Amino acid sequence: MAKLRGTGIAAVNYPTGMNLGGDPSQALIHATTSGSFVVALSSTDLGQGLRTVIGQIAAETLGVAADEVVIDTADTDTGPHCMGTFASRATHRVGNAVKAAAEEARTALLEVAALELNAPVGGLVLDGFGNVLVAGDPGRCVRVAEVASKAQFEYGRTISGRGAYMKPKSPVDPETGAMDPDSTEAHACTIAEVEVDTETGQVAVLGIRSAYEVGRQVNPALVRGQIVGGAWMGMSHALYETTEPYYPNPDHKPKDFSEYVMPGPAELPEIDCVVLEVPSSTGPYGVKGVGEMTANSPIPAIVNAIYHACGVRVDDLPVTPEKILRGLEAKWATESAAAAGGR
Amino acid sequence: MPELKMPEPLHVVGRSVQRSDAAAHVTGRTRYAGDYTFPGMLHLRMVRSPVHHAMIRAVDLSRAERVPGFVRALTWRDVPHNVYTILGLIGVEPEEEFVLAQDRVRYKGEPIVAIVAETEAAALEAVAQVRLDLEELPAVFDVEEALQPDAPIVTHWGSNAFMFEGHPCRRVRFGDVEAGFAQADHIVEAVYNSSPIEHAPTETTGCVAVPEADGRFTVYTNTQALYFSLDNTAIILQVAGKRLHFVGGTVGGGFGGKVDVIVEPIATLAAMKTGRPVRYVFSRSEEMQVSSTRSAWRIRIRDGVMRDGRIVARKVTSYADSGAYSRQTPYALTKHAANAAGPYAIPNVSIDAYCVFTNRTPSSAMRGFGVTMASYAIEVQMDRIAERVGVDPWTIRFVNAYRNGDMKPHRKLAEDATLIETMQAAAALVGHELTDEQRAMTSAPRSPGPEGSPGGEAAAAGSRAAGAPASAGAPAAPASTAEGVL
Repeated sequence: MAKLRGTGIAAVNYPTGMNLGGDPSQALIHATTSGSFVVALSSTDLGQGLRTVIGQIAAETLGVAADEVVIDTADTDTGPHCMGTFASRATHRVGNAVKAAAEEARTALLEVAALELNAPVGGLVLDGFGNVLVAGDPGRCVRVAEVASKAQFEYGRTISGRGAYMKPKSPVDPETGAMDPDSTEAHACTIAEVEVDTETGQVAVLGIRSAYEVGRQVNPALVRGQIVGGAWMGMSHALYETTEPYYPNPDHKPKDFSEYVMPGPAELPEIDCVVLEVPSSTGPYGVKGVGEMTANSPIPAIVNAIYHACGVRVDDLPVTPEKILRGLEAKWATESAAAAGGR
Repeated sequence: MPELKMPEPLHVVGRSVQRSDAAAHVTGRTRYAGDYTFPGMLHLRMVRSPVHHAMIRAVDLSRAERVPGFVRALTWRDVPHNVYTILGLIGVEPEEEFVLAQDRVRYKGEPIVAIVAETEAAALEAVAQVRLDLEELPAVFDVEEALQPDAPIVTHWGSNAFMFEGHPCRRVRFGDVEAGFAQADHIVEAVYNSSPIEHAPTETTGCVAVPEADGRFTVYTNTQALYFSLDNTAIILQVAGKRLHFVGGTVGGGFGGKVDVIVEPIATLAAMKTGRPVRYVFSRSEEMQVSSTRSAWRIRIRDGVMRDGRIVARKVTSYADSGAYSRQTPYALTKHAANAAGPYAIPNVSIDAYCVFTNRTPSSAMRGFGVTMASYAIEVQMDRIAERVGVDPWTIRFVNAYRNGDMKPHRKLAEDATLIETMQAAAALVGHELTDEQRAMTSAPRSPGPEGSPGGEAAAAGSRAAGAPASAGAPAAPASTAEGVL
């Protein structure tokens, strides 16, 4: 009996967006009297940080600080339609819609600022810190807050914007499968290191290290959060989770987390990553979707590492200690039969 | 390495701005759907099938109605449009799932009667007092058994396969896979299986439906798709969409499990029938046992491989276990078919992806929809191929990696490929020494170099025009030998 170590690799790509398109998202933006902006959506934040990321895209496009943007989501009376948060689509689709809405609102803002500064709209720039400047004439500037207030009370104008994004729905050829199933593709390559205990069949995951290419990162800390969380989920899928432990036999379904076992903090390995940024042509500021894919490459990387460690390939997820022990027994039986035959 | 072109200096995008909801989340002040309470709020609990497959002979509510706190029961007769399919909104047919079971249950846990009561405890007690008279039917649980001619039929249309425009599977046909196998030095075959997986969100699926004074209904919900849930609820209840107002946006974990529209229609119906707010939030055991799962998969891969590791033919036959109803799973099969060849340039590909109905809890969308288990199967298969051919696992992936300008099997030109650069970065991260050739590779479109020059053969394989016969553009193959062939 021994503890055997091995490493495994997996490389994947993953499509962004509902695969055949036809999944619109829309956004509305308006300025308040004090120069903040409210983004109205019906999009949902699943805990991944959509509100924050969408706020950053809005602030970037409007040319104001991130904390000047309020994300009002999600309400079907006030927020325009969004297909939903799934298919790694929200940063791409909602981000594009918000960027378009922010561009329209920014134009409206600059039109009022042009009246205030007595300068052509085309000669104005937003500095990203709440000021409108006349390009090349740093002395002439006005606060966004002042423009917003005057738009309301002196000019009687709205500073607002509408935005929509949709990849048109595309058909599938039922004979050949010809189709357009993505808006862009993100990539990952994961190396897992494991230690297999040949007496108990237990697998300890020692490391999950990955390179990701996800287009432009809007918020690197949140991207890293997805990668670490996804690595944990992938490890859990590879080694622990199922609602039917003897599938296709439907018995022994768990009722709670004491029966549906997942790795806890003690089982978590070192998770490390590097992130490449190759902007997509379709995403706002070049983003791709990183939401779903982070659970994918860790699964085969761990399964491959187990084989590298102990010579047992389990082609049936999850790879439980029972399956590893049965695999080891079969392998040892074959080996001893071969040895006996060779004598 | 393709260059990141900054169109202009960015101020906010690209910075790790602290998330706006962090303080509320970590101090427990975030308000989730199940946290909403209203005066007079009722509680809904479900009577569910205790068996996998049965005819319903009778339902006796008389004892349940006598439970103190019982308010009313809802059966299928109360549901205006009781047979629906979630994906009907995007044109997927047929309608086949029952909001509440009529004469038959197709999985253990299928909802039959909704009980609305003054308290959760009273609702649970009344549920326990409902008497079901069921006639059990043979059930089927294995995806390939379900496709046999003598299998018990789960659906109402006489076959356990979802029909994709006249075919019992989603097909991809690219090149000539049999010609590819004929020229291959090795055939590598394996079957990969996975079991159903629960989304396991921290917050279980749920909503509170509130009748308003103006005749509208406000629904506080943790759906991942607010309008999708509203529009499906309007269809099931046969009311104008303007009578519904859905509020959400804060979800304690979704992973695809909250794209199904399961709780909102029946809770809103109960609010309509009683005139009172109704709360319907899954218990943890409901979330584990009757909320939809990630599909179980069986994926057979047969690859034809040249001596140097190039894959010249890949045939994939996949079965996704949809359980008793389709929910989002048919759409997953299409996404699966688009991705089942992996991020590799393979000149001859054939994919048959079946969506199969069985007598188990329906599966539906989950993170990686149709692709997660394809990636698992393909990436373990790549290691099998590497071992057979006698190259290392990195080399087998570099040799076959797709490039920009390659035609994918679903006939779309690759345009955002960075697999090679990503693998190079991963090798640097873990200190793996790549060969000079691997270090020099990029995802740039292949130049049509002479065959035998670096990249030339693979280039011919990858950039071959769609639909051309395999023999025309496929790489020149060394003479096939018996060595190593299955």
